[in-house]
Amino acid sequence: MAKYGMVIDVNKCNGCHNCFLSCRDEYAGNDYLPYSAAQPLHGQYWMQIGEKERGSYPKVKVSYIPLPCLHCGDAPCIAASPNGAVQRRSDGIVLIDPEKALGKKEIVNTCPHRVIFWNEEKNIPQKCTFCAHLLDEGYKEPRCAEACPTGALTFGDLDDPESEVVKVLNTNKTEELQQAYGLKPKVVYIGLPKRFIAGEVVFGNHQGECAEGVKVTLIHDSESKTIETDNYGDFEFEGLTANSSYTIRVEHEGYDSKEMTVQTRLDMNLGEIVLQEEA
Amino acid sequence: MSEKVFTNCTNAGPISVYVRDGKVVRIRPLVADEKDFKPWTINAGAKSYTPPKKFNLSPYVHAERQRLYSEDRIKYPMIREDFDPNGNRNQKNRGKSPYKRISWDEALDVVAGEIKRVKETYGGPAITGMTSSHHNWGVVGYKMGPLYRFLNMLEYTPVFDNPDSWEGWHWGATHTYGFYWRLGMPEQYDLLEDALQNSEMIVYWSNDPDSTRGTYTGQDSTIWRRWLKEKGVQMVFIDPFHNYTAATMEGKWIPIRMGSGTAMAMAIAHVWITEDTYDKAYIENKSIGFEDFRKHIMGDDGQPKTPEWAEHECGVKARVIRALAREWASKRTVLSAGARGGEGGACREAYGTEWARMMVLLQAMQGLGKPGVSIWGTTMGAPSNTDIWFPGYADPDGRMGTSRAADKQIHNPTEQRLYRLTLPDAILNPPIDWRGEGFCGQSLEQQCTDFVYPMEGYPEVKLFYRYGGSFMGTMSDTNKWVRMYQSPKLEFVVNQDCWWNSETGFADVILPACTSLEREDVGEWGAAGGYTVHASSGCNYRIIVRQQKCIEPLWESKSDYDILALIADRLGMGEEFTENKTDLDWAKAFFDLSDLPKYITWEEFNEKGYYIANLPEDYKSTPSLRWWYEGRECDTPDLGNPKRKTGKANELGTLSGKIEFVSQSLSEWFPDDEERPVMPKYIPSWEGHRSELFKKYPLQLVSPHPRFSFHTHYDKHTSWLDEIPIHRIIKDRYAWWPVRIHPSDAETRGIKNSDIVRLYNDRGSVLCIAVLTERIKPGIIHSYASSAKYDPLEKGKPGSTDRGGCVNLLTSSRMLSKNAPGMTPNSCLIEIEKWEG
Repeated sequence: MAKYGMVIDVNKCNGCHNCFLSCRDEYAGNDYLPYSAAQPLHGQYWMQIGEKERGSYPKVKVSYIPLPCLHCGDAPCIAASPNGAVQRRSDGIVLIDPEKALGKKEIVNTCPHRVIFWNEEKNIPQKCTFCAHLLDEGYKEPRCAEACPTGALTFGDLDDPESEVVKVLNTNKTEELQQAYGLKPKVVYIGLPKRFIAGEVVFGNHQGECAEGVKVTLIHDSESKTIETDNYGDFEFEGLTANSSYTIRVEHEGYDSKEMTVQTRLDMNLGEIVLQEEA
Repeated sequence: MSEKVFTNCTNAGPISVYVRDGKVVRIRPLVADEKDFKPWTINAGAKSYTPPKKFNLSPYVHAERQRLYSEDRIKYPMIREDFDPNGNRNQKNRGKSPYKRISWDEALDVVAGEIKRVKETYGGPAITGMTSSHHNWGVVGYKMGPLYRFLNMLEYTPVFDNPDSWEGWHWGATHTYGFYWRLGMPEQYDLLEDALQNSEMIVYWSNDPDSTRGTYTGQDSTIWRRWLKEKGVQMVFIDPFHNYTAATMEGKWIPIRMGSGTAMAMAIAHVWITEDTYDKAYIENKSIGFEDFRKHIMGDDGQPKTPEWAEHECGVKARVIRALAREWASKRTVLSAGARGGEGGACREAYGTEWARMMVLLQAMQGLGKPGVSIWGTTMGAPSNTDIWFPGYADPDGRMGTSRAADKQIHNPTEQRLYRLTLPDAILNPPIDWRGEGFCGQSLEQQCTDFVYPMEGYPEVKLFYRYGGSFMGTMSDTNKWVRMYQSPKLEFVVNQDCWWNSETGFADVILPACTSLEREDVGEWGAAGGYTVHASSGCNYRIIVRQQKCIEPLWESKSDYDILALIADRLGMGEEFTENKTDLDWAKAFFDLSDLPKYITWEEFNEKGYYIANLPEDYKSTPSLRWWYEGRECDTPDLGNPKRKTGKANELGTLSGKIEFVSQSLSEWFPDDEERPVMPKYIPSWEGHRSELFKKYPLQLVSPHPRFSFHTHYDKHTSWLDEIPIHRIIKDRYAWWPVRIHPSDAETRGIKNSDIVRLYNDRGSVLCIAVLTERIKPGIIHSYASSAKYDPLEKGKPGSTDRGGCVNLLTSSRMLSKNAPGMTPNSCLIEIEKWEG
């Protein structure tokens, strides 16, 4: 028996919404009982795309974070449904039973990721099924993964060492969305955005040329990392911890050094950092 | 429950259509037998690259099912309530008056009667007609097919298209390096392989391939850019908007002011000349006029084109221009200046010819054609089988009117012409004149043909046969289309379409057409043919699809072919039009004409639904312009190149056969044109940061091609897209068109995120929803062109505020320059205010 899971590579996602739309095509108006009842024409996002814009002009980054049901190994929706309205199949897929869940609006709020939607008309909670009805028919992957043009969604059997999903898991650093929830999700992520600090170093006496090769050091606790500005005088430290305090030191021979403390409440574009010639 | 799966094709990919009990229930990327795919492999360095065995559709295709059953379908024939063909026509009420349902017989009688009346009263040339583009796919039913066969039989006055997506390349770059047979864009053969093997940097200049894709080729190329990025190829994005390719590729974003790309390009040339970092041997042997160009760059007019000078024009720091120029010269660099190499919003603005010419000249200075040095959109140029020919919609053989698939081709003797951009002016204020034959793909000289409307001896047009209706969202200064429709000079307007579009409600009679899922057809994915020959090299696999009729036409709709056949019948031309062929007979005739019968029988193709034309075993890569760089005869399969296989096969398509810094064609035909001079020149935009109007309207509007629709198609008719906030944003139960504003510009105007705002200038007024973003250069306002929804607050009133998002109501009618009749929507100054309703 397969154990299904998915890896979502945020670095690869270009925000095209093929996954969202193919999911909508599969479910809107289409019943697949007993797996799922039809989605309404609008308003449910079994695969939703979060857009995250970070930084400030012109040092800005954008990530798209696809979010299906994570089919948690420790799923609060199951725990809160004693009558079996939500169940986990032996392949790991978490399904809401459209009949047993009738009228149980409280199931919607059991999910901290907000991936369960209430169908007002049918009086049932609904969510992503990993296209279980199609997998049972022999499909290799759900519609969202099939439609993805970038390779951002890799679906497969977590127990099969030859499966693509296991290969991706083995060759990348993956993480859980909101690890603190501790829900053992079967959907994990690569490249979830962290915090970055970026800036442009400028020589005060030589503003017509970019300040390439300037040493920029990032200091945090007892650790430090030094990089050099690129040919545009730009530097960037990516993958930093949110809500932390960092020190940035900018040094170049013949110029006064600069040092500043930066809080990563948000991503920080430090703008132009002008180095003045040593007196 | 019976389920049947049909094959079909869209403007952005092949699909499998699942039908249960006569209803389409699912649409997937075409499900082909895995054995039919024979993927290519590109070896580059230690790695090899092979595409997955799948077809990557554009997003909106996944909503095709909803578009099919859209409430916006035109369901029945209709007539304007206050239109009486035998009495008062009330033309002034077009756009205002409601419609009533009529029978097909009544509708056809009115349309055929009006055609007959106009033809008899004024002659066939008093009829004009045109289509919008790309709403469906397939050579039998495509826009070039039945309608033009029909209109040619009427001896109508044709309307030239303008090259709306690539104006500057067409009217400018052609005079620099030829390629007029590709309407100004360079060949793209094998440039993916070349880039993977040889390129170190890509400069995307006014290009967002993840949004515009390879025009028709869906998202097959997105993985190519991923490969290039993972390989370590540097990426730079010159664009006032931090576009979606920049968002996913990261790299260096260089935000630039609109209308100033030519200045920045000249400053890059200045750095190369000053620092001696250009390919002098290439310039010496393969170009003419460089010395004059060098002098101009160095300042023979008193102004050296330094980075400091350019900074004042384009708003990019001089040091950044310098750093970019140096990196560009030191690395093997692809210039990606539009989806097909060329295109890009920068070519659709004042003097866009000059920017496009400079793009070519910059790459020439770095040895265009050298391994790794190309003009490549990153959306075409996969290894592709060019041995097997199948007609594209733009091939003369792909059009029902002119194809050898017909027993008899239809010749239209009418010499009078109209021009799409000035059609309203032609109706409202004739005579009008212009220079250039629309798509000038036959010769450079076509660009200097003079036209006058009405032509001597010809009538003005009285009857407009409109197919589709996108122009409120896609042409410029589009309030004039409202005025045109309300002119009494248009005695009759018929509109035929599948969906209710922005112009539909201006017709007297509306005819409901069906989609390509409701009729028989055949078509190759991504293949335009004609002037964009081998466009399917934007697909990882060439696939020709038997577009099977999946369901019966919905409501009372009929296929375009059937509608026109019924009208032709009433005009006594039925048999001439149809040759007694059904649409399926035509599909087979096109199949028989193509090379496919050598590889698959009609019966198998018809049943199976597709044929994948894999790469031949002995495929030999011929990277674009390598032949030129190496001084060989053209070895690419660029069928339109008139010098290919002649004694001049090692030349470019310019008059000199070389890269022309000083254009011989412009010297010959337009020697005194100051706006498109013989040598490129930076001229500040007439509607830009230096113009008088800037004091009143200090914001520059950039309106690129949209990301979640194909021009207008799929917008409005596919409400699933309204739930994608990049496309539309729902507020107070209305799906608004987004406008992107930098927070600093918003703050000074008291605008907050999600406010409804009014964009306005002296030409128009449009309501949008504000999206505050750091991804736009302050002073620039970004809102996509091509809203399909024209929703004026005052119905039928030209100049009314529109809440549908047709920002082209704001753009200018002015052409690129006096002899270059291209549109300039990206030279547009506006102001924005919070809309208080």
